[in-house]
Amino acid sequence: MYWEKEIETISRKNLEALQLERLRKSVKNASASYHYKNLFETIGVDPEKISSLDDIKKIPFTNKEDLRENWPYGFLAVSKDELVRMHSSSGTTGRATIIFHTQHDLDEWTNIVARSMYMTGMRRGDVFQNMMTYGLFTGGLGFHYGAEKVGALIIPAGSGNSKRQIQLMQDFQTTVIHIIPSYALHLSTVFEELGIDPRRDTNLGIAFLGAEPHSEKTRQKIEDFYGVNAFNSYGLSEMNGPGVSFECQYKNGMHIWEDNYIVEIIDPDTLEPVPDGEEGELVLTTLLREGMPILRYRTKDLTRIIPGPCECGRTHRRIERIKGRTDDMLVLKGVNIFPIQIEKILMDIEGVGTNYQIILERKDYNDHMIVKVEVHKEFFSGDLKQLETLRRAITEELKSDILITPRVELVEPNALPKSEGKAVRVIDNRED
Amino acid sequence: MKAYQLSIFAENKPGRLAKVTRILGKENINIRAISISSSDAFGVINMLVDDPERAQKVLSKEGLTVKLKEVIAVIIEDRPGGLDKLIQLLYDENINVENAYGFVLESWKKAVFVVDVDQIEKTQAVLKKNGVETLDTEALLAAEPFHYMKY
Ligand SMILES: [Zn+2]
Repeated sequence: MYWEKEIETISRKNLEALQLERLRKSVKNASASYHYKNLFETIGVDPEKISSLDDIKKIPFTNKEDLRENWPYGFLAVSKDELVRMHSSSGTTGRATIIFHTQHDLDEWTNIVARSMYMTGMRRGDVFQNMMTYGLFTGGLGFHYGAEKVGALIIPAGSGNSKRQIQLMQDFQTTVIHIIPSYALHLSTVFEELGIDPRRDTNLGIAFLGAEPHSEKTRQKIEDFYGVNAFNSYGLSEMNGPGVSFECQYKNGMHIWEDNYIVEIIDPDTLEPVPDGEEGELVLTTLLREGMPILRYRTKDLTRIIPGPCECGRTHRRIERIKGRTDDMLVLKGVNIFPIQIEKILMDIEGVGTNYQIILERKDYNDHMIVKVEVHKEFFSGDLKQLETLRRAITEELKSDILITPRVELVEPNALPKSEGKAVRVIDNRED
Repeated sequence: MKAYQLSIFAENKPGRLAKVTRILGKENINIRAISISSSDAFGVINMLVDDPERAQKVLSKEGLTVKLKEVIAVIIEDRPGGLDKLIQLLYDENINVENAYGFVLESWKKAVFVVDVDQIEKTQAVLKKNGVETLDTEALLAAEPFHYMKY
């Protein structure tokens, strides 16, 4: 059941010793880069003097802005000849950040992706349909090489083209899929249109959900519809991409591979660490990356460490489902709201379909939230009163959680823009 | 006697009704009567057509959300007070009318009235007891409309 039993079940003491050894190496390696060399000189960090894991605090945080300012080679710790691949973040604002990899980096990354997939039960003999964009985005190639290492047969389907995806699943008896959750929900409507029931007409058994935060209810919907075990995963291109953190068979938080990363959770305002169990911003340090080491990277993702050991026997700590990104946080009338909060509420209400959209508007110096919700096809009974009741229920539920009364508009099934990549859930029309 | 109306979920935006009528026109399905009930952002288009099942199929295929809904179609006298008689009868029996619309069959003689009520079986019994004639889909199909009227 383990890909690498020894490292996955290593004692905390030995893990920490391993981390320290690797941290020292990584910091030293990082000091060969333009950015860290200058930084260490300016603030007087001596990589040789890292003598405990706690000493990591002597190193300043690295932000996305640092990556942008040093675009593209300022973080390189090796000569360009060593590089064999680049990827970029899917950031929507500003210049994309570029991450370079050496062959060693790719091998280590591939190994933790394989470890993650193996953990969920994927094996040699499985047919893995990778429904992610291949290219600069890490979700496609990252999973691809991991699956290859496990020994599965890969269908590199790429994203989109729903009918072909379904055809491939049927023709080659796909057993494992990798899919963006909002696209999985959209694809379910295509299955319905075609009269194909994935539980009856396909061999699907495992789904990897990634690239997008989603609620527990969304996972359940996907599991019920496809008849699969769906696993949440977390990763970001700055930390390679997928494989940073993955759920085991117990699906209670995602094990974060601490032999590859140092995990810190900090208060995003005070930048002080918070104790295990408390929510804060995830900060990660690469331990094995040679080409482009990144130290104390502020991910902007909010989560917490789930305290205590996992039943699976792995000693690497677990992080909870990402609550939101500090970037995604909406501030409306002084209230902080995460889109995922809204999704969680919507998906719990019967009659709600697969897609929704949050629109923010400013009128007469007042902010308003409009939530457009697709009605489930089977729900509509032909009655306006029923729709009004649903709308009121949604409004009330949202109001009691986010403390703001949104204007809820019900729209026809499939009326909102379909997402074949990451869904655009929030449209902010407010002008500063 | 069972009659069915088409109920179509539609957002209040330009072109929704036009899309429905265009599809039905192309499919040669005759619209006998229509009524739209709406809140501010969305509404329901109710229609009596000559072939409800086929209409549902073609509209669904075009991506519309359509339900066939059982309604009661009655024949009333097309003169002042004709409708009142029916409404009073339902009111006396505590039956709530959710929506109603109709069309004239023969001017000053007969009109067909469609009522969407909360207690369909009870309504049918009450109407039968009071000698009010109801029509099923086939009878509706046979009835020749003169022009539409909306309640
Ligand atoms: Zn576990």
